[in-house]
Amino acid sequence: MRDYGSENLWEVTESALESIAIGAGILGTGGGGNPYIGQLRARQVIREKGPVAVLSPEELPDDARVVCVGGIGAPTVGIEKVRDYQSYHALRAIEDYTGEKATALISNEIGGSNSVEPLIPAAMTGLPVVDADGMGRAFPEFQMKTFFVYGVPCCPMAVADEKGNSVVIRDTINPQWAERLARSITVQMGCVACYAVAPMSAQQVRRTAVPNSLTLARNLGDAVKQARQEGRDPLSAILEVCPGKELFGGKVMDVDRRTAAGFARGTLGIDGLDSWAGQKMEIEFQNENLVARRDGEIVCIVPDLICAVGTDLGEPVTTEMMRYGLRVTILGFPAPALWTSDEGLAVAGPRAFGYDVDYVALTV
Amino acid sequence: MFVGVDVGGTNTDAVLMDGAQLVNAVKLPTTGDVTSGIISALTALLARLPAGARVDAVMVGTTHFTNALLEQRNLSPTAVVRLALPATQLLPPAVDWPAELEAALGGHTYMVGGGHEFDGREIAPLDRGELRRVAADMRSEGVTAVAVSGVFSPVNAAHEREAAAIIREESPEVRICLSHENGRMGLLERENAAALNAALGRLAEEVIESIKEALESLDVDAPLYVSQNDGTLMDAEFAARFPAFAISSGPTNSMRGAAWLSGVRDGIVVDVGGTSTDVGALVNGFPREAAVAVELAGVRTNFRMPDMVSIPLGGGTVVRTEPFGMGPESVGYRLTEEALVFGGSTLTATDLAAADGRAIVGNPQLVEGLDPSLVRLGMSEVTSRVETAIDQVKLTYEDVPVILAGGGSILLNNTLRGASQVLRPEHAGMANAIGAAIAQVGGQVERVYSLEEVSREEAIANCSAAAKARAAAAGAEPSSIEVVDIDEVPLTYVPSSATRVRVKAVGNLAQRQQAS
Repeated sequence: MRDYGSENLWEVTESALESIAIGAGILGTGGGGNPYIGQLRARQVIREKGPVAVLSPEELPDDARVVCVGGIGAPTVGIEKVRDYQSYHALRAIEDYTGEKATALISNEIGGSNSVEPLIPAAMTGLPVVDADGMGRAFPEFQMKTFFVYGVPCCPMAVADEKGNSVVIRDTINPQWAERLARSITVQMGCVACYAVAPMSAQQVRRTAVPNSLTLARNLGDAVKQARQEGRDPLSAILEVCPGKELFGGKVMDVDRRTAAGFARGTLGIDGLDSWAGQKMEIEFQNENLVARRDGEIVCIVPDLICAVGTDLGEPVTTEMMRYGLRVTILGFPAPALWTSDEGLAVAGPRAFGYDVDYVALTV
Repeated sequence: MFVGVDVGGTNTDAVLMDGAQLVNAVKLPTTGDVTSGIISALTALLARLPAGARVDAVMVGTTHFTNALLEQRNLSPTAVVRLALPATQLLPPAVDWPAELEAALGGHTYMVGGGHEFDGREIAPLDRGELRRVAADMRSEGVTAVAVSGVFSPVNAAHEREAAAIIREESPEVRICLSHENGRMGLLERENAAALNAALGRLAEEVIESIKEALESLDVDAPLYVSQNDGTLMDAEFAARFPAFAISSGPTNSMRGAAWLSGVRDGIVVDVGGTSTDVGALVNGFPREAAVAVELAGVRTNFRMPDMVSIPLGGGTVVRTEPFGMGPESVGYRLTEEALVFGGSTLTATDLAAADGRAIVGNPQLVEGLDPSLVRLGMSEVTSRVETAIDQVKLTYEDVPVILAGGGSILLNNTLRGASQVLRPEHAGMANAIGAAIAQVGGQVERVYSLEEVSREEAIANCSAAAKARAAAAGAEPSSIEVVDIDEVPLTYVPSSATRVRVKAVGNLAQRQQAS
């Protein structure tokens, strides 16, 4: 491995990738999509090119140039025209346009399949990835990134397809416009594109990224795998790694789904079992889980994390997988501090999702 | 009359059905080659054919193809040709297959320019020159079967068809499977399904040929059908092209047979064997299909498979006392030698059921000494595990009818939480072969409609008519054809609003009039 001057360096190997997929599934708070194809793609590149180094934000050299890459498109198209090296092409396009070479890559979100996207261009170029991301969870919209909340410009930004086409969006008046334009380009490209945002400085990453999230995802996955092997309870193993709270446990009674404005919205009803017997939980979701009410009372609300895992095996359960009879445990984790400030709540607090209530932090 | 044969791990069952009447049944041990066991069962059954009776159709549910994949035997050297470049290079064909299976198929994979976008545009023009080079290479490599998969071929199959024509020009003898004929969206899964069908094709032809010969020598002049995993039949010609659709037809046949024997169309079937219990939901008389990708011999496919929960609990499940525990070990088919109640020395779930009095088997005196609290604990454990499995496959919280099948169902009594009633139909032990005999023929069609051109209702009506026509072409009596499943997926991300409709229609196989 290259010398990155780091003390706490670790590498994403095939086996670490498996753990990250489990952990990112949990941190995906019900969204983030099907991780199979993303994990398989990253595995292919790592198998061919070797493992990817992980640098903590503190250890980034001061002159580092960090590029955020991610996928954009329709998951239902992505299972057919499976994604290729688009994030690598987007990275090259933004480097060409800005005239700056990336020295490290970073995830836009740690939840779901986007968490592994930077590993593909990283393995191909030999660049390290930063142990951080722009959400610390999953969110449905492009502008919901801590980078942009704290003033990192979202443009210039490159969008690339698998054919060799790439487009740079030079500037937009706000991140919502960037999302709108990038999405139209993506449809013309065949709905399976990737984007790369102009390089951030080390100082910007330290100030605006959610730190240590790749390590957290790996540790969560390791804990679940190890607990299963040793026949221990995976839920307590999860809570040992990531301080949080069991909000509820029971079986899914009802899933009410509607597709509205391109998002999977709905409500999930759970009846308590064991220590929760006699109580009910209701979770509202919009791709991700947003509000959890126990017997009518809010016990956890966005941006805090509401995560569903299988009660027996601790596997992440996405909102698409929910159906009557599943045994799930609902875990709550406090949101990264970057989300609970006034600026953070304005973008991803309860009101940003249409709930006329104040954010009350989860206590653990 | 209809003849149904179903091959299980232990026994091969055959039944003769006259309409709703079970006329005769035969149970023989399954043989290593499977085929000779099927022929023995058919021979034994038809030896007792009533005078003047005539066989209208023979339906066979078999494990040949599952075994071939699991043991990597009898597979043809198979190539996979994907029409997709420049897209999808990172995940080439066979990307996530077990190494042994890939080796057994010869490891010939190719990627060629072509394929379509979600809206029907070409990703790239079909690279005809490269296809000719690939075809020549496959020929020199000794490939005898080819799967062709194009990106979005369920939306536009033109490239797959043209590629097949080019390959055939080079190698007229080669067997070709086109992925769009294997069904749904999901490139890797659909491509894998086509590859398995290609690889199993020669074996399927041989198996069908030997059963046909056997029928001829038994003087049976009736069409041969093979059970599919979705509970419908394919004729022999279709089965030779799509043998992988026959994988896992066993559990489906059991569930269909149980539905038919009990008269229940919507409910839960609990099939308790010696080692495990399969629990599945019936919707409109058919097993509910699994929504997630199904792995076959380590390969992800999008086959229509019954959505079932299997728990390691059966009549032969071993009971431990200090501390208390049940299974997953089982004495299996050695139950009648090893269980206490049969004079053996292993404490099994059947012994507890016999001591409890719910099962009348063996010599009850041999289990009289069992601790009553152990018997109660064991029986409540059995009941609660089955109730949990029932709850997992149920679609709603309402109580539903539960049908018990399989020899191990003596472990259960007639009150189960979640059950509106518990049914134990007569002949439940032959449910699998009966399921094969009563199977219907079906047709499934999946199409994408632009809702700017047609209304949603017109789209569904158009797709339903196509599915019914396909069922009729497969041999269904036109008056019996009904639509059993409509699945609609709005493609919300497409700017011009489009929807994908999938319709399944089934009908009874036409039974010929008795010769007068």
